[in-house]
Amino acid sequence: MMRFFYAAMMAVCAMPAVAQSLDPSSMLHRDVKAWPTYSGDYTGQRFSPIAQINTSNVKGLALAWSQKLPAEVTHTGGVGTTVAPLGRVSGSIAVVDGVLFVTTPDNVWSMDAATGKVLWHYQWKTRGGTHIGNRGVGVWRDRVFFETPDNYLVALSAKTGEEIWHKEIASFDLQYFSTMAPHVVGDHLLVGTGNDLDEPGMLQSFDPRDGHVEWAWYATPMKKGDAGLETWASVDASSHGGGNVWVNGSYDPETHLYIFGTGNPSAAFTSQLRGPGANLYTCSTVAVNVDTGKLAWYYQTSPHDTHDYDSAQTQVLVDGTWQGKPRKLVMTMARNGYFFVLDRVTGEHLLTSKMFASTNWAESTLDAKGAPVRIPAKDFDFAGALVSPSTQGVVNWQPPAYSPQTGLFYVNTSETWEMFYLTTTDPRGAMGLGGEQLMNLPSNGGWLLAIDYTTGKPRWKHRYPGVTGGLAAGVMTTAGHLLFAPDIHGNLIAYNAATGRQLWHQHIGASNAPETFVLNGKQYVLEAGCDTLYAFRLP
Amino acid sequence: MIRIKLSCALAVALLCVGARAQQGAVSHTEATHEAAPFGVVAYPDRPVQPKEVLDRGKAAYSVNCSFCHGADAAGGSVGPNLLRSEVVLRDVHGELILPIVHGARLAQGMPKIDLPDLTVADIAAWLHSLKTGGNMTPTEQINIVTGDAVAGKVAFTRRCAGCHSIDGDLKGFAAKFAQPLQMQQTWISPGVIKGPGMPALHVPSVTATVVSKGRKITGKLGAYDDFSVAITTTDGVVHTVALDNGVPRVVVHDPLKAHREMLPTLKDAEIHDITAYLESLR
Repeated sequence: MMRFFYAAMMAVCAMPAVAQSLDPSSMLHRDVKAWPTYSGDYTGQRFSPIAQINTSNVKGLALAWSQKLPAEVTHTGGVGTTVAPLGRVSGSIAVVDGVLFVTTPDNVWSMDAATGKVLWHYQWKTRGGTHIGNRGVGVWRDRVFFETPDNYLVALSAKTGEEIWHKEIASFDLQYFSTMAPHVVGDHLLVGTGNDLDEPGMLQSFDPRDGHVEWAWYATPMKKGDAGLETWASVDASSHGGGNVWVNGSYDPETHLYIFGTGNPSAAFTSQLRGPGANLYTCSTVAVNVDTGKLAWYYQTSPHDTHDYDSAQTQVLVDGTWQGKPRKLVMTMARNGYFFVLDRVTGEHLLTSKMFASTNWAESTLDAKGAPVRIPAKDFDFAGALVSPSTQGVVNWQPPAYSPQTGLFYVNTSETWEMFYLTTTDPRGAMGLGGEQLMNLPSNGGWLLAIDYTTGKPRWKHRYPGVTGGLAAGVMTTAGHLLFAPDIHGNLIAYNAATGRQLWHQHIGASNAPETFVLNGKQYVLEAGCDTLYAFRLP
Repeated sequence: MIRIKLSCALAVALLCVGARAQQGAVSHTEATHEAAPFGVVAYPDRPVQPKEVLDRGKAAYSVNCSFCHGADAAGGSVGPNLLRSEVVLRDVHGELILPIVHGARLAQGMPKIDLPDLTVADIAAWLHSLKTGGNMTPTEQINIVTGDAVAGKVAFTRRCAGCHSIDGDLKGFAAKFAQPLQMQQTWISPGVIKGPGMPALHVPSVTATVVSKGRKITGKLGAYDDFSVAITTTDGVVHTVALDNGVPRVVVHDPLKAHREMLPTLKDAEIHDITAYLESLR
């Protein structure tokens, strides 16, 4: 186990010559010199139009620099008394004007993208909370924003790291915790918050200037008369119903819709108090208008979930072809083991595809809306129900990618199993799960899938070696006909995106999705390995 | 719920400065509701600790422990329920919790967390301050033996008897386990569950064969990814062979292959019946 010991050292850092500032309207167009938002652009494709590194020359990719995240603090803030561990990098790294913004829970570092040299490090003193991960910053003009595990939205000067303001975005006492990267859309700062007890998930829009709330969208009905209430037993059940928002979605500028996934309903397993209905809008892909905060459409991927199958995966927006005609699509691979294609303007369901034959919690036939139909006998059993996938899912937060060159959707997966036992319901709940004891069984392997969205079937797949396997971090595609994907053994691997042939690798303990940008005429590939950043380029 | 495996070790350091937390602008609580009070105090015999001790303990717990044991200490996806843990119930000032935090249960999957002794005492004080819903049973043992032993014998013969015998390698099998649940986990996936009450069962190693430069190497499988495989031969020598897009081919011999391949076809009723049969031989 690696350990860091904090010293209250104040490092004096030279400021970079460049002025980091990002006009929000520039994010409507792909800038190869930047990775300004969670997925690099609004589509969620994690496809870069940069082709300098390609299938012919990728074997020469070499380390330009590496940088271990240092503990020296230049700016401190926070409202708590505790300095949490530095953690690992598992989110997106924003790249603007040759400067990187790297996060772990409570921490933001600014680094020179050419050298990895740390420009500043901001640290938030926390009240506590679940320190599981942070998905990155949002960049708006000359400010960066991030969420803390104890539910503050913090605005920092991009140039100096000095705090401009902070604002509480959810109750810590109600066991909320926040992980999402604030998503900048115009002058809206979209902020999601999660909860592992029994509170409702929500997406809020803040004004990046002063942090006032513009609107809040709750994932579940909060009062009498709210849409979807008929799918719950009562207002009490729905307003404690979960549906948490803890990972970034994607944005469609044409319709002004932010399209994202919601988490499982609460209590997750012993679902009787939720009523027999679908429990909207949990475990769903939802489209919310960024100007009004109103729901435009939803598609529920796990109606009445009983297995903790959050649908909080990043949606991929593609201007594709559907049955011979151009169509605006959204694709998502859900934790429950199914791949979905929808019309992203209307939410109309187009395709559902089961990825592994072993997925056994649902019937072999789909419901009228194309969603899987749960088998109640697979909810749990006193003596144990054998369920695949496990609560970890076939996929989790690790982002997928898409390449318009191949028409393939790429995602790391794991074929998992778990025993679900019913135990006495503890009124305190256990992560809001309620009355369940789980026992992990070994995974049957980790796979990289390249899925043809028109059929929902893998065009090619790669099984990671070994008899079992976990879930590797997220992936990226580039116009060099490449797929960059971490594996379950810590390698970052470059594949021919069309064939799956492996062309290059580095063993760095990869822990987030790779990114790429152009700096001084050179294409860089950036990847985090737990507490260290690695930047690769051609010599 | 957010659930991922923590693939790298969490670094741990605490700096408690004792400063009073400032109040931020509250906005959300109004939109939802106040937390409901819960039942009775779980540990009436423990001295009441000052609020600053409990606040420190709660913060330290939530940063270091809550992901596994649940934000409310009632158990998470990995860690057990601490409200009903015998260790927590018997502990007074952190003296029983401390060795476990410091690595005494590494083999059972509890990571070593490098917390100062005083911080562990704070966490213990907070755990003992929690209220519960009134169910004070220190440990809960669910009865999982619900199947039909006669049907289980038939299923065992079909599924298992090709490799195992209840008079041979499985003689006295169920009696080796403190709980039927542990026995069930083990017959489904041997070697996965470790912990108190688990016998030291022999689970054969995974082996592999690779032909490198005309030479056939067979032995215990070590590190294996797409780019190299490490095989330890019987003489103790580790042979590392480079791999490129599946060449040379590595043939893996997994002694538990039959168990893994059984999972997709195994019915819950069969699981319950086989468990009942094996328990009937206890």
